[in-house]
Amino acid sequence: MLDILGRVFGREEAPSKEIAKERLRLVLVHDRATVSPQFLELIKEEVIGVITNYMDIDEEGVEVSIHNMERSVALVANIPIRRMKRAVKAV
Amino acid sequence: MGEAIVITSGKGGVGKTTTTANLGTALALMERRVVLVDADIGLRNLDVVMGLENRIVYDLVDVTSGVCRLKQALIKDKRFNENLFLLPAAQTKDKTAVTPEQMKALTGELKAEYDYVLVDCPAGIEQGFRNAIAGADRAIVVTTPEVSAVRDADRIIGLLEASEMPEVQLLINRIRPSMVKRGDMMDIDDIIDILAIDLIGVVPEDDKIVVSTNRGEPTVLDANSRAGQAFRNIARRITGEQVPLMPLEAEHGFMERVKQLFGFGR
Ligand SMILES: Nc1ncnc2c1ncn2[C@@H]1O[C@H](COP(=O)(O)OP(=O)(O)OP(=O)(O)O)[C@@H](O)[C@H]1O
Ligand SMILES: [Mg+2]
Repeated sequence: MLDILGRVFGREEAPSKEIAKERLRLVLVHDRATVSPQFLELIKEEVIGVITNYMDIDEEGVEVSIHNMERSVALVANIPIRRMKRAVKAV
Repeated sequence: MGEAIVITSGKGGVGKTTTTANLGTALALMERRVVLVDADIGLRNLDVVMGLENRIVYDLVDVTSGVCRLKQALIKDKRFNENLFLLPAAQTKDKTAVTPEQMKALTGELKAEYDYVLVDCPAGIEQGFRNAIAGADRAIVVTTPEVSAVRDADRIIGLLEASEMPEVQLLINRIRPSMVKRGDMMDIDDIIDILAIDLIGVVPEDDKIVVSTNRGEPTVLDANSRAGQAFRNIARRITGEQVPLMPLEAEHGFMERVKQLFGFGR
């Protein structure tokens, strides 16, 4: 019903503030992640710390970066595995 | 010992100078002793907004470079007894004429004399910004409800946090209730949600700001101005009073007027 009313009154798209909020959300994820160069370094170090508990990785080759997609932003980690450790704990 | 508060924003033109002039005047009206410091070196503005442009003899750089004593450079605003003073920015120098250490010393000296030292910060994140925040105990970040202004406010908040500013608060300026109502302007909650920061107040868009700037009389002196009322409320919050946010819409909505017309006014 609201939908029809909206169309009658010529409002087909979402109110522009919703668009503004969504765009801001995405741009701020990116800004906040890239403003400080140490930020991604810190994440990388901690990720390496966690992963090495489970597998042998090429620490030099680890890459952590922020990627912009169409409607989202992703943290992408590329972690080359050398060798898996044998599962210690039962899952 | 007084408090130094920097009024800053990131994006230019969102209302820092207007805010500095109005909060300073409102605090002076509350019998606080206030000094306004124009830290926008090279683009001095606060003097004209205050209507004091014809009284400038010395400026901030004259003080920091030892050309005159601090007292000599302070312009007394005669409208407010001994309560309101302005330290104008230099117009001919550039922002590198002052260092953060000098600004810190200067605000320290002023805090010893005055209850509030309000520093009007230049736009941007360069040296002028670093100078303006150097001696501050609190920062008020001004934004408008637009994507670019909020984005720059986020950046500034990050920088203020990194520089260990003890207190950072947000002021949302130029909100337009009718646009918020139709969903075409972000509202207070949207912005607070995005920036995750304390709110010191909200100032509506108001033509009276332009009129009062033309006259060189801060809007807080106009009892009928909504923006003036908002600034007076913010000044009270600065002194620690609890003041609720005023409703965005004026009380006289359509139904109110109809009721009054028929004698049912509250
Ligand atoms: N609430 C308001 N309603 C209407 N006009 C406003 C309001 N606030 C500010 N303005 C107008 O916006 C313009 C910019 O304001 P102001 O000079 O205070 O911004 P600023 O942040 O100090 O700018 P700059 O970054 O250049 O120093 C001025 O013309 C001022 O009159
Ligand atoms: Mg200004």
